[in-house]
Amino acid sequence: MQQYRADLHIHTLLSPCGDLEMSPANIVEAAVQKKIDILGITDHNSTKHALLIQKMAAEKGIFTLCGAEVTTREEVHCLAFFENVDTLAQFQQYLDEHIAKVKNNPKYFGHQVVVDEEEMIVEEVEHLLISALDQSLEQIQRKVHELDGLFIPAHIDRPKYSLTSQLGFVPPDIKADALEISRHTSKEEVLKKFPYLEAFTFTSSSDAHFPADIGTKVCLFEIEALSFKEIKMALRGEDGRKVSF
Amino acid sequence: MNVQQLIEKLELRVFGGEQGLQNTITGGYVSDLLSDVMGNSDTGQVWLTLQTHKNVMAIASLKDLAAIILVNNHKPDEDTLNQANEEGIPLLGTDMSTFEITGKLYELLK
Repeated sequence: MQQYRADLHIHTLLSPCGDLEMSPANIVEAAVQKKIDILGITDHNSTKHALLIQKMAAEKGIFTLCGAEVTTREEVHCLAFFENVDTLAQFQQYLDEHIAKVKNNPKYFGHQVVVDEEEMIVEEVEHLLISALDQSLEQIQRKVHELDGLFIPAHIDRPKYSLTSQLGFVPPDIKADALEISRHTSKEEVLKKFPYLEAFTFTSSSDAHFPADIGTKVCLFEIEALSFKEIKMALRGEDGRKVSF
Repeated sequence: MNVQQLIEKLELRVFGGEQGLQNTITGGYVSDLLSDVMGNSDTGQVWLTLQTHKNVMAIASLKDLAAIILVNNHKPDEDTLNQANEEGIPLLGTDMSTFEITGKLYELLK
């Protein structure tokens, strides 16, 4: 079994709040410097930079989980990851269908651009990506699992856009592949408050919006090889695979 | 005033939790952040929200609220409704916006 360093919560410059320096090239460069083995690309309600980063990161031997940070109707942020181009595209279509179509005002929220390898702009997303979908937490969880994806409610301990802020507490029967906690707390602290979450797997990552954030919090995957299936097995604690931080 | 009287005055829809229709109303609380409701609502209040998740019922039960009103024509999730019936806490609805229903409720309770 090998140990791999994973930062599974990274915004690119496509997210309105993502720094303009968060280009695919800069993210990969920072990941190399910080010795990250597994990147999770999670823009707000969009998957549009994930495949390019996956390709560029692979050239450096870094594995990428392609996904998004989805905003549920309750305004809970959840990470979702998909194994292949096809399921990722289907999820992008779902996001496009269900997000509130509010026009972005770059003056207030920042630009939402997709760039290429050379940092040339190839698309500007018109609708505000930090809006919520018209789908509930459970509906989004079901959709992610229909597409064989991973569903991980984000920063569950935070006072904003989290399960605890929006819904008061983590629903005990939530069908999550893991629960992400922020870098401001520990698993022990969270379990003290919510002892019924003992059986869940936890992850923690940087939630990077600036290049310098990348790798400031990582989790360690003990797996046989860098693959989506192995990562899934680690989240489930199968066959000796595990995740810790 | 009890919940039944409030339903008649504001022409509210009853989704479930009819066992609690005689609950006495002591005031109101308006919020869509369940963490806030958990911290700041008081026993006997009517809670106005657009959240339809079943955690709404758990918090209403925990805080011993008199009833919940879903605003803006929101409908409860199925498991939310089931829990309202189990807990016996009236789960009500209205077409009115939060602003409108809050104003009317305030007039009735002040």
